[in-house]
Amino acid sequence: MSLLHLAILLPLLVSLFIPLLYKKIPSVHTGWFVLLVPLTLVVYFSQYISQTMAGKPVVATMNWIPSLDINFVAYVDGLGLLFALLITGIGSLVVLYSVYYLDPKKEALHNFYVYLLLFMTAMLGIVLSDNLIVMYLFWELTSISSFLLIGYWYERERSRYGAQKSMLITVFGGLSMLGGISILSLLSGSFSIRESLATVSTYNGDPLFTVALVLFLLAAFTKSAQFPFHIWLPDAMEAPTPVSAYLHSATMVKAGLYLVARMSPIFAETPLWFYLVSGVGMFTLFWGSLNAVKQVDLKAILAYSTISQLGLIMSLLGLGAAALQVDILPDSLYTIATVAAVFHLINHATFKGSLFMMAGIVDHETGTRDIRKLGGLSQLMPVTFTIATIGTLSMAGVPPFNGFLSKEMFLTGVLEVSQSGLFHLDTFGLLFPFFAVVGSMFTFVYSILIVYRTFLGQKKLEQLPKKPHEAPIGMLLAPLVLVSLVVLIGLFPNLLSNTLIRPAVEAILPKVVAEGGSISVDIKLWHGFNPELFLTLLIISVGTVLFLTLPKWSTLYNRMPTSVSLNHQYDGLLRRGEHASTAIHDTVMTGYMRSYLVYIFGFIVVLVLSSMYFLDAFKFDVDPLSTVHAYEVVLALVLVGSALSITFARSRLTSIILLGVVGYTVALFFVLFRAPDLALTQLVIETVSVALFLLVFYHMPEISRKEERIKFKLGNAAISALVGLSVTLVALASLSQRSFASIAQYYIDNVADLAAGGNMVNVILVDFRGFDTLFEISVLAIAGLGIYAMINFRKTGGIDK
Amino acid sequence: MKTPTKKHTNDVILESSTTFITFIIFLFAVYLFFAGHYTPGGGFIGGLVTASALVLVLLAFDIQTLRQILPVDYKQMTAIGMLISVLTASGALLFNVPFFTHAHDYFNLPLFGKTSLHTAMLFDLGVYLVVVGVTMTIIQTIGESD
Repeated sequence: MSLLHLAILLPLLVSLFIPLLYKKIPSVHTGWFVLLVPLTLVVYFSQYISQTMAGKPVVATMNWIPSLDINFVAYVDGLGLLFALLITGIGSLVVLYSVYYLDPKKEALHNFYVYLLLFMTAMLGIVLSDNLIVMYLFWELTSISSFLLIGYWYERERSRYGAQKSMLITVFGGLSMLGGISILSLLSGSFSIRESLATVSTYNGDPLFTVALVLFLLAAFTKSAQFPFHIWLPDAMEAPTPVSAYLHSATMVKAGLYLVARMSPIFAETPLWFYLVSGVGMFTLFWGSLNAVKQVDLKAILAYSTISQLGLIMSLLGLGAAALQVDILPDSLYTIATVAAVFHLINHATFKGSLFMMAGIVDHETGTRDIRKLGGLSQLMPVTFTIATIGTLSMAGVPPFNGFLSKEMFLTGVLEVSQSGLFHLDTFGLLFPFFAVVGSMFTFVYSILIVYRTFLGQKKLEQLPKKPHEAPIGMLLAPLVLVSLVVLIGLFPNLLSNTLIRPAVEAILPKVVAEGGSISVDIKLWHGFNPELFLTLLIISVGTVLFLTLPKWSTLYNRMPTSVSLNHQYDGLLRRGEHASTAIHDTVMTGYMRSYLVYIFGFIVVLVLSSMYFLDAFKFDVDPLSTVHAYEVVLALVLVGSALSITFARSRLTSIILLGVVGYTVALFFVLFRAPDLALTQLVIETVSVALFLLVFYHMPEISRKEERIKFKLGNAAISALVGLSVTLVALASLSQRSFASIAQYYIDNVADLAAGGNMVNVILVDFRGFDTLFEISVLAIAGLGIYAMINFRKTGGIDK
Repeated sequence: MKTPTKKHTNDVILESSTTFITFIIFLFAVYLFFAGHYTPGGGFIGGLVTASALVLVLLAFDIQTLRQILPVDYKQMTAIGMLISVLTASGALLFNVPFFTHAHDYFNLPLFGKTSLHTAMLFDLGVYLVVVGVTMTIIQTIGESD
């Protein structure tokens, strides 16, 4: 375990102590302790900048399950480091903000910060893992922590709905990624991203390669809220605002972008990758901005705006894939899309983070986020107004802020690709600039809308639940830092060029570097009168006209029938799923133990007998059998006799005792075969379970043998006879043939050397096959708690059958 | 047995023999637990034998008596056992060896002499606690559910 691993796991480790700090030191806001974690990590990760700038990624390996090729390989390159700095940097600001946003007297702070730290570790794990399985683990952990944070105010119905929706959609994506990982590892023979990349040319012609590609993209699209999976993000706004600013705009939703960027070197040469990533991204950009305009909740506008901006970055990453298709041009024309993607990723985190915090401040100080009730706050909240203005103008792409720069580069990329003639783009290539420009116009409209409806126009103080005033300085501090970055990056764009952007782009386009091409990032605020500038002027002018005429055309939104909306489809799907599962459940789950046993045993019989028949697996050979002794025959007779008499027993007590006889006889067999551990276990298990049976049966209603005898007898008898038959056949067949040597000899040879033990059975349990035991006791523990919960549930008036 | 909670039958022979047999069973369980690595035994069997000792007390007396003797929340015992097992297994990661790698060495302890100490025993302790905890949780829950 290296310091790097410790850094990734630090938030998780600290989260263990948060409840303690919350309970023991209530006088200090728990957030102050939490703040130390991301601050430490920012400092720690920034020391890697010099290494990634030099193009020397850092690798640290921690062995986890080496036999399955699953190791925690921490890998820091330009791309991972950029994200790590975003996660910890924005994380610090968000925690600082949350200290003032969340009231320690009213809120369950310990839950909040535990979830937040859990998320931080998960996110760092995603961006700094080279092993795909480990990355998947962290990927799902972000879904879970996001679920917990959205449902933080779990007593609200909308919170629960939003949490469930985000969980269902993102976990669906996560599972499809697991499928993608499995296929990719089968093709490449490795779970390591770098090793898969090294051998990609040997397997990228495989038909399954395309399947893996689609599965990976599903994961990226669901996580990054791309159309049509974007519907979870607006509902995720039920989370506290610091969470929205952190997870749902700056970091977690960018995990999908990270995945696309990370997997680009492997998949990007396939045309399908280009079409899907850039096409879906571009449409999401358009769709998100179109829908943002009709929202009335500040956070909902920002949510749709985030969807749209994520689409923008996604499409840039797709366009950047075009760079791999052509021979590298000396002026690295085609890398501009990727540079723009990385640059906009940073810019979006700064301006959108500040805007979310602004929305939180407005909500906090006025009691509402509804723009129909807000207005004229600029005099009352001048600092917040400044933050909002700078943030929205940057988002709208107005100079001299950083959003303008990346939007210009975006337009350049779109124009270049539409003229490149790649992938038959000459036919529909114009769609790219079209969607880009229309999307940008709507972006301009909703950006102005945010500022105008909140801070300018008529004051409507009587409609506000609270008397508004400027927020405390602590709350303003975090968004102020972010907007100063917006201005700073806008004026001095090359501050980040070589330190963060170039190493990240090199990680996304390793082929360009490998073929001797160099990536030079030089961003200029003023680059002459070129088509991009005219397009920006067009966007601003048409956007202004659209904004001024908004009341005239906004009614068009109501024309769209709700029955075709994606949300409606989602709800319908959920409802139908519930109905179907209830229907199946009601027919299958009768509530009688014997029905379940019939299912289970019937299935076993079908499975065993059919596989024996079709695979011709049955062989019988008397040679390996040892001689049968007289006392074994006697024991077997007792066993069979008592088992048979259970079926004829008239009272429960007799059944239990007869069952006990069966168990003890088996124990005697173990004694005969000199297996003391098994014999001992069997004896004790039998004793305890007989006691348990007596206890359970005491609570059961009087025996109802009469009904049972008439109907079920034949079917049940057949199934039990068949179970007996198939088990006997399996036992005989497995004794008579061996396809490979038994592992027993390995245990015998190694029990003393490797495990320093004498008792093989126990060494197998705790050492050789310790995993099995660990999972067994987990199952045992879950079963125990399940029984406890079920019985107490019944006691407190639950459903009683 | 039929009335673990309500009607307390006064079975003198069972009750008085239980009072000392329980200790013998319990000591045997402890022996089994520690001997497990070399001779028959181990956490699983040890746990079951301990549980059976407790069940004996339950049968001879009742749940209230057992609770007075051993005021333990068995659910917590299960949780602690799980925690010990998982932490023992993950402890290996701190030493940069794969998950679940055990370590052992021989020490000269006072009274015991040369003794082998093995992390597998810690893991087994977790197994022991889970087995006792789960068995007793189930029996106690069902016994109380009137």
